[in-house]
Amino acid sequence: MKSPNGDSSILELAEVRMNFGGVAALKGIRYRVPPGIVQAVIGPNGAGKTTLFHCITGLLRPTDGEIFFRGRRIDDLPPHGIARMGISRTFQHVALFKEMTVLENVMLGRHPRSSRGFLATGLRLPGMRREERNIRERSLEYLDFVGLGLDADLAAGALPLGKQKILEIARALATEPQLLLLDEPAGGLNMRETEELGTLIRRICDQGTTLMLVEHDMNLVMDISDRILVLHYGETLATGSPREIKDHPRVIEAYLGES
Amino acid sequence: MQRKDLRILLGTILCLAAFPWLVQPLKAVSHYVDVMVFAGIFSLVTLGLSLLMGYAGQISLAQAAFFGIGAYTSGILTSRLGWDPWAAIPAGAGLAAAVAWLVGIPALRLKGHYLAMATLGFGVIVHIILAEEVEWTGGPSGMVDIPGLKIFGWKLNSEIAWYYLVWGVVLLTLIFCFHVIHSRIGRALRAIHEEEVAAEAMGVPTARLKLQVFVISAVLASVAGSFYNHYVTCLNPGSFNLMWSMRFMLMVMVGGMQSLWGTLLGTVLLTFVGNEWLHVFAEFEMVVYGSLLLVVALFLPKGLVSLIPRRLFPSSAEKSSPKDGNP
Repeated sequence: MKSPNGDSSILELAEVRMNFGGVAALKGIRYRVPPGIVQAVIGPNGAGKTTLFHCITGLLRPTDGEIFFRGRRIDDLPPHGIARMGISRTFQHVALFKEMTVLENVMLGRHPRSSRGFLATGLRLPGMRREERNIRERSLEYLDFVGLGLDADLAAGALPLGKQKILEIARALATEPQLLLLDEPAGGLNMRETEELGTLIRRICDQGTTLMLVEHDMNLVMDISDRILVLHYGETLATGSPREIKDHPRVIEAYLGES
Repeated sequence: MQRKDLRILLGTILCLAAFPWLVQPLKAVSHYVDVMVFAGIFSLVTLGLSLLMGYAGQISLAQAAFFGIGAYTSGILTSRLGWDPWAAIPAGAGLAAAVAWLVGIPALRLKGHYLAMATLGFGVIVHIILAEEVEWTGGPSGMVDIPGLKIFGWKLNSEIAWYYLVWGVVLLTLIFCFHVIHSRIGRALRAIHEEEVAAEAMGVPTARLKLQVFVISAVLASVAGSFYNHYVTCLNPGSFNLMWSMRFMLMVMVGGMQSLWGTLLGTVLLTFVGNEWLHVFAEFEMVVYGSLLLVVALFLPKGLVSLIPRRLFPSSAEKSSPKDGNP
């Protein structure tokens, strides 16, 4: 699909600005994400990374600028409309439905891919049972894909943090996104879990889903990313491949040098 | 419905069917059938409120107002305009739905307890209209001579006939609610309750669903109000004030907000307590309800059903379907 400017990006940010009162969190970001890659977004705390994710998924409406997904403008859609179009996400602070089971969390992710409403479900109209069975079976597949199949009937809140992070990814995958945004997926994970997460992210990418991730774990970012966008105080500091970013003088000065 | 729920449903049907035949012959308790008719009518209100409050997490303080809209709509249409009750009941439900929609649209777009505030104000307004609009509602002295119900020309003039009609409707409503909560809609409602932002980001149209469940709860309350009206055949505005909204809320909370069985249990229990024993407190009744609310909220947040062993009683958090079973 072509964006207005004629190239084949899955997501295009056109001068995206976000002000909170007098504070400019994003100062006119211009960027294009090509399809089928792992796109990392890095930068020091307060650089605007999560704000950018909120703008893309509709939780925040940009003060100015436009966002295009597969050539269609999305910055004026509600979050559930954007999810339906094919963008899903995880959250920096795990936002699972903790009292629901692991399986039910993933089944909730099937919401935009199923259709029966109040009356149809309440009256058990024809096709209801089949849809519900489909939702359950597809959700179990997603759980198996991420390796949580055995935990299906546990309460989501009872899982250790590492598994909760993975469950959030499974729930997001269940919406069948073409673009998946992961906000600090490795936060709070140990080394082995981080390694497994890296493998999972590559597997998701190999299946044709484009990923964007905000992440502080530089080893993971350098390992799995195809391209990196560096934000600094709401502005684009640098863009490029992991190798280019690693050697970029301004990045070293502003970001890597500090930590 | 799930297997355990079905078993409880069968047991409930048997108990309900046998109940009048057990209490009717005993002079001292024969009026329990009458109390149970009221408990059934109130159950329609509280089942809707359970979906709204227990599952979707939205608080409404206007359920008594919708109850009143149903009662007065069918009261006015039948006694003043000569409508058939079976046409007046849906008319009341339609009016309640339209009003709930208008109240709900602005209040439910916002996150947080705006619905509680909006419905608090709305409930007061409805009560004032019922009490002051003397020409149509009879004002503070209310309405009398409202016709009873007929089914296929057969007049429902015994408490037992009413009992079976009302509880038949309650059970159908219960099955409807069970189907809803064990579906994508029920999961979405619980998701809104727990993490509204995440639900929205996963593609759940949260504002629309909250509005729909609010409208459904209003329709159920209105139908209950119409039944009430045709059962007691007289109305006064005192049955439709904030106090009654609080009572409905308490019924749901005592039994267990996020359990339809708990809601039925709490409703029957509080109807009996209110009818049989609480009147000794007279004007201090409100104090008793307030204290009860406090005790439940502090010590029994999941209601009476949480005291029943899990083995006997399925709660929503842990259930394994026979197909995928525990590993």
